[in-house]
Amino acid sequence: MSTYLGMPTLPVYGKGNLNAVDSFPAAARRELGNTQLRANLEHATHTIRDKRLRVVGELPDWEDLRSAGSAVKESVMARLPELLEEFEKNFTARGGIIHWARDADEANAIVRDLIRAEGVDEVVKVKSMATQEIGLNEYLEEQGIAAFETDLAELIVQLDHDKPSHILVPAIHKNRTQVRDIFLREMPGVDPDLTNEPAKLAEAARSHLRRKFLSSKVAISGANFAIAESGTLAVVESEGNGRMCLTLPETLITVMGVEKLLPAWSDLEVFMQLLPRSSTGERMNPYTSLWTGVTEGDGPQNVHLVLVDNGRSAALADEMGRSALHCIRCSACMNVCPVYERTGGHAYGSTYPGPIGAILSPLMTGIQSEENSSLPYASSLCGACYDACPVKINIPEILVHLRSVDVESKRAKKVPTQMDLMMKGASWAFSRGRNLGLLEKGLPLGRLAAGRKRKITKLPGIAAGWTQSRDIPAPPAQSFRDWWAKEHEGGRPAADSVRGEKTA
Amino acid sequence: MSAREEILERLRGALKDAPAVPEVPRTYRTAVDAPEAERIRVLVDRLEDYKAGVTVVEESGVGPRIAELLDGAASYVVPAGIEEAWLADADAAKPGRRRTDSRTEPLTVTELDSTSAVVTGSAVSVAETGTIILDGSEGMGRRAISLIPDHHVCVVRASDITMILPEALRRLDGTRPLTWISGPSATSDIELERVEGVHGPRTLDVLIVRS
Amino acid sequence: MRIALFATCIVDAMYPRTARATVEILERLGHEVVFPSGQACCGQMHVNSGYLPEAVPVVRNHVEAFTAADYDVAVAPSGSCVGSVKHQHPMVARSAGDKDLEARAEAVGARTYELSELLTDVLGITNAAEQLGSWFPHKITYHPSCHGMRLLRLGDRQLNLLQSVGGIEVAELPQADQCCGFGGTFSMKNADVSSAMLEDKAANIKATGASLCSGGDASCLLHIGGGLSREGSEVTTLHFAEILASTRENPVSITGDVMVSGKAVR
Repeated sequence: MSTYLGMPTLPVYGKGNLNAVDSFPAAARRELGNTQLRANLEHATHTIRDKRLRVVGELPDWEDLRSAGSAVKESVMARLPELLEEFEKNFTARGGIIHWARDADEANAIVRDLIRAEGVDEVVKVKSMATQEIGLNEYLEEQGIAAFETDLAELIVQLDHDKPSHILVPAIHKNRTQVRDIFLREMPGVDPDLTNEPAKLAEAARSHLRRKFLSSKVAISGANFAIAESGTLAVVESEGNGRMCLTLPETLITVMGVEKLLPAWSDLEVFMQLLPRSSTGERMNPYTSLWTGVTEGDGPQNVHLVLVDNGRSAALADEMGRSALHCIRCSACMNVCPVYERTGGHAYGSTYPGPIGAILSPLMTGIQSEENSSLPYASSLCGACYDACPVKINIPEILVHLRSVDVESKRAKKVPTQMDLMMKGASWAFSRGRNLGLLEKGLPLGRLAAGRKRKITKLPGIAAGWTQSRDIPAPPAQSFRDWWAKEHEGGRPAADSVRGEKTA
Repeated sequence: MSAREEILERLRGALKDAPAVPEVPRTYRTAVDAPEAERIRVLVDRLEDYKAGVTVVEESGVGPRIAELLDGAASYVVPAGIEEAWLADADAAKPGRRRTDSRTEPLTVTELDSTSAVVTGSAVSVAETGTIILDGSEGMGRRAISLIPDHHVCVVRASDITMILPEALRRLDGTRPLTWISGPSATSDIELERVEGVHGPRTLDVLIVRS
Repeated sequence: MRIALFATCIVDAMYPRTARATVEILERLGHEVVFPSGQACCGQMHVNSGYLPEAVPVVRNHVEAFTAADYDVAVAPSGSCVGSVKHQHPMVARSAGDKDLEARAEAVGARTYELSELLTDVLGITNAAEQLGSWFPHKITYHPSCHGMRLLRLGDRQLNLLQSVGGIEVAELPQADQCCGFGGTFSMKNADVSSAMLEDKAANIKATGASLCSGGDASCLLHIGGGLSREGSEVTTLHFAEILASTRENPVSITGDVMVSGKAVR
């Protein structure tokens, strides 16, 4: 028997809602045309930015917490297989049941079977990125099982038959009036005089879901953290819908990516300071629930956990990209991103939008997948995301890394793109001062092209993107290099000379 | 190969470069010394910011204040083992409203849903973040009782207040069913503006008891 | 002090007056400026666009030019290019497996300064009017470029220098910390998003009522200026070095022309 038979070949990429369908520039163009969307996003992202800065500024040790958080996550990644085994041992010892899922399809099937085993066709759900990623709701619907989202924003999106556009506030692209209209249209038994006050809208959601919470036998959740040394799971939330799902049903099924581990209880003190302040800009979120397996007489008595790979092992295999797995899904990076602010989350296609999505999605699916190769370019590299990241993921550096992975993967193509040719040409020009000087002899030609208005307003090819909204001033008659040699230095010795020569 | 083995194998393969396990720099604050009055002041400030009702009382003031808070409640639930003295005034004023819940004799969800209020104690609180933690032990009860009734009256002893989170977590057993509460239920889902009162108790009243 | 000027490719070819202003300021302070003639470009366009192998000869050229020359410190009038020299060059050398180049790149990066950093931290300039004779009687606003702000942590160095210029009025730019949307090839690959960012930046600049927007990176200023020009705005952009170089005797106009006896000489 061959020893390698059945051994996995790396990397194994993820499936599900991780792919951009349109290239980012095309999707962005579509979203930019929606002026209501842009106004909603600007309002919401600016509100949260200010709140975050205020509560982060209160902590004298914020940078220490970031450093600790970053190091904890780095050590989790380095020790992931052993920590998973440790977690499994402890969770199982306390009455929990673990299921492993290679990819989205396998995870969905496991959840379906667990629900069917309870003999129900309805479940309540607390907001979870992992289940969004694997497309669980759509899958369950096909299988005849109704999954009710209970988080207010997820409920809005679900009622509107829309897609989430943000990982923390999936309905960030809707304003209060749009939400009111969705409720009036889609929520059975809603008060026809419902106003657009957020408090009234929250109350409408409360009455709509109350019966479901009190009668559901099965709930599905994600998890924010899993503590290896004790087998403990944590869910961080605001509305109490999480507590409802985690406490009242008989059966709880949690779906979680394998990277969510923390080694020890003592690590939670770091992350529970980093996460709330970075995400909702609060000192602490209203509710956090922690459970360790089954507690007799309190809460669900059938406790399951589905551990999902779905491309995480592929991301882990990329040495320069693996720190993207440090992400704790706080959404600070998208809230500060000038690109996200203007396009919204739908432009990124994947469940994970914004700067983190632009690296995480192609890392999990491979750069060749669908249009995901356009995602690493969806950034001006301004660096605001890196500054905001509570676990110090160097997103700009990983974006640049993935761009080079993309360029390398396309080298084999026979016909070079305009960009390839431009880069080749520039590499020649910029690798010798003499070459650049030679090119600069052509500056007067550019001056001529600019004409009497002293500006260039239209360029061909990829440079047309520039002149779509910007002029280029007429080039100078003489480069600095030329001026320096002819006028500043004149007969003086060459600048490259050493000091001794100059006075000699 | 099982999914478990295959995933673990993939992860081991992904780490074939054997990345170093860094030392975690624990230079952040792990404790902040502050006198009781200061811990109370900060906790009150944070809870009020979350729109919770807060009263600071002496031990002898707990009963009368709880009676006031429960004045409009048709019924209330308490976990088995709660301090009897806290409830004496409320029961004297309007008898027959109390329901007691325990793991061995739990109320049903429907019973809890028809109960106006809940009174519990608490395990530990964090002043800086305005967080009260219940760990399901005596006087705090099952998680469901502090969730379903719409009004939560929670008693916090000053000696259980720490200034910052790390101090609080070090006093807890992480394997107990824990509920961290920072104000009444709330949402920021509409235009990222916070609104209090969704699925959890819409009214949170906290009684802080001086030592 | 002997100071090597790294002009940067864009300033060399498109904004020579920014480099000339840099030379002028440093010479005014009594320092000797040299120009290593082998220099061309930092290579960040290649790195940031994913063309690492093409970046290698560009980085090698820069490292060689600035290793061969004899100087105390190097300076560039650009936060972005200095950021590349300091942060990207060693990485590019590593990607090429060239340990020697990596070590030399680290050494060059360690003594390369952005202009405001050199003026403030090394040369002790706290008051441009007094120490440099800077005089610029116009209302300006100031955009802090992303790489200077976040890669180099320049803080308010450029702004403080501008505020200390004689006769100047510096209006605060709303949402100054927001990227202008340039981002190198981002402005071409994602032209629509880039344009939307630029539109907001231009609106904020115009809202200040300033006659020009200053900054420390010619590329961002080319971008912002190009947008303002396209909108038909009279507001211009000007590198802070040119404002510092402006004096009562030889004032610089808001379009960057150096006036001698009332006549534009460059």
